[in-house]
Amino acid sequence: MKTDLSVNIGGLKLKNPVLLASGTVGYGYEISNFIDLNTIGGIVTKSISLKPRKGNPPQRIVETPSGMLNAIGLANVGIEEFISEKLPFLAAYDTAVICNIAASTVDEYVECVRLLNGNETVKAFEINVSCPNVKEGGLIFGNDIKYVAEITGKVKKVADKPVIIKLSPNTSNISEFARTAKENGADAVSAINTLVGTSFNIYTRRPNIFNVTGGLSGPAIKPVALAKVLEISRKCDIPVIGIGGISGWEDVVEFMIVGASAVQIGTLNFVDPTAPQIIVDKLEEYCNKMKIEQIRSLTATYELG
Amino acid sequence: MIVSKVTVTALEKIQDRVFLIKCHSPYLAKNFEPGQFANIKVSESNFPLLRRPFSVCDVEGDEIVFMFAVHGAGTEILSNKRPGDTLDLIAPLGKGFNISDDPGVSVIVAGGIGAAPFPFLTRALGDSRVITYVGGRSSGDVITYGLRSPKVATDDGSIGFKGNIVDYFGSELPNYAGQRIKVYACGPNPMLRALQKLLITSGIEGELSTESAMACGFGICQGCPIEKSEADGRYLLICKDGPVFNAKDVVI
Repeated sequence: MKTDLSVNIGGLKLKNPVLLASGTVGYGYEISNFIDLNTIGGIVTKSISLKPRKGNPPQRIVETPSGMLNAIGLANVGIEEFISEKLPFLAAYDTAVICNIAASTVDEYVECVRLLNGNETVKAFEINVSCPNVKEGGLIFGNDIKYVAEITGKVKKVADKPVIIKLSPNTSNISEFARTAKENGADAVSAINTLVGTSFNIYTRRPNIFNVTGGLSGPAIKPVALAKVLEISRKCDIPVIGIGGISGWEDVVEFMIVGASAVQIGTLNFVDPTAPQIIVDKLEEYCNKMKIEQIRSLTATYELG
Repeated sequence: MIVSKVTVTALEKIQDRVFLIKCHSPYLAKNFEPGQFANIKVSESNFPLLRRPFSVCDVEGDEIVFMFAVHGAGTEILSNKRPGDTLDLIAPLGKGFNISDDPGVSVIVAGGIGAAPFPFLTRALGDSRVITYVGGRSSGDVITYGLRSPKVATDDGSIGFKGNIVDYFGSELPNYAGQRIKVYACGPNPMLRALQKLLITSGIEGELSTESAMACGFGICQGCPIEKSEADGRYLLICKDGPVFNAKDVVI
């Protein structure tokens, strides 16, 4: 029999657990040259803010061992152009569109959500309280549990779609943040955003990226991400979308076993934009081989001790 | 643009630390335009994780050629490829040089490994008149592969004109009086910046091939911004809007 790959994350229904992570596929157009977006569970759009943001000057990225640092600085077209110019392209696909929202103030998050309420293309909101690369908002929110509570509560009050809070790993107690998100109404959390890191040129003694620090992503962070997902899964009853260094279908299974209901593929899209579609196919093969009838039954099946 | 695995047919060292790598790909040989690039995965492992962008250097029949200088771990690995090895590349990427049907006099200005895209451009310019200026720090840094009778400049004067290549071209500008010329350039940023200034003050049309660190090479990572000349609150992306830009359009 055919495996059921569908998952349900706090009311957000996906045909399969593979999502494309925010900031790694823009608004979907470019990667559609390489994969059929209809085969993917969903796409999380590049962070959108109320007004367009230019982002940081170059240099924005640098490679690190099995990973990369980025400090893009939330460059985006702003919500108005996102709705008029970017969403219609995605509307043509049978894949869940999740809109990632970034903001500098609590009110700005709420305003963005209001503007997207009622939009039929957008199926859920992912609230970015954890961008490490902007001065205001971002990490200040993501590291302060009071802000996470306030943002989640106020967004949830107005949102007409499931709300996912994207958590920062740059904290010692991520499960407390997940619990706070849940207590304030969040439907799910996604974990993890990038880890703060830096890289210096030893000859010039200057940082390799303009912003001095950037967000570390790629295979290097997978063990950290798995540990964070496991921590949330063990201590908090909220659906988790696992993110961090996935480089193949095996990693997706691993994330699901430690507690993820779905996953997001990020840096891998830069290296091999055809990978997400291959991963979906391989997941189905794995489930067939392991006689798993519903992939969602994998979630949090870890065995400890 | 596609992701494809191609077979290496030859690796040639053309001078100290500078190599040509040739690959069999009828599709890319047919679809590449001069000035476009490929984003190449040099290893199958996570080291290095990211692809490396290389301009297409030339197309010979069903073969595509890339020129590279060894200056890091990625290019070191590339320099150890052998015929029969496979390379994973995404190509063709970016916007290349614009060649008009009646090109007039084409002036190529290249600095160091910036000579890489010009064998293919020279080939594409066919029988039209092409004048080529090539510079480097010293005689060993001047790369003339695939170029037509290049005029050479070196910073130390070890061969050719003593000084930088932009000054050399500038000193010969009077030779082009009354002729319709277009400049095609690639090289280090200080060279492109100086050339851009010369082109704009002299009212000469020119296209500059730029470079940047980048991850994806096709517009999704947003890692390679370049400032527009007429600021409108947005950057252009070198991978997608470039790497070749009209000299008037960007701030180098």
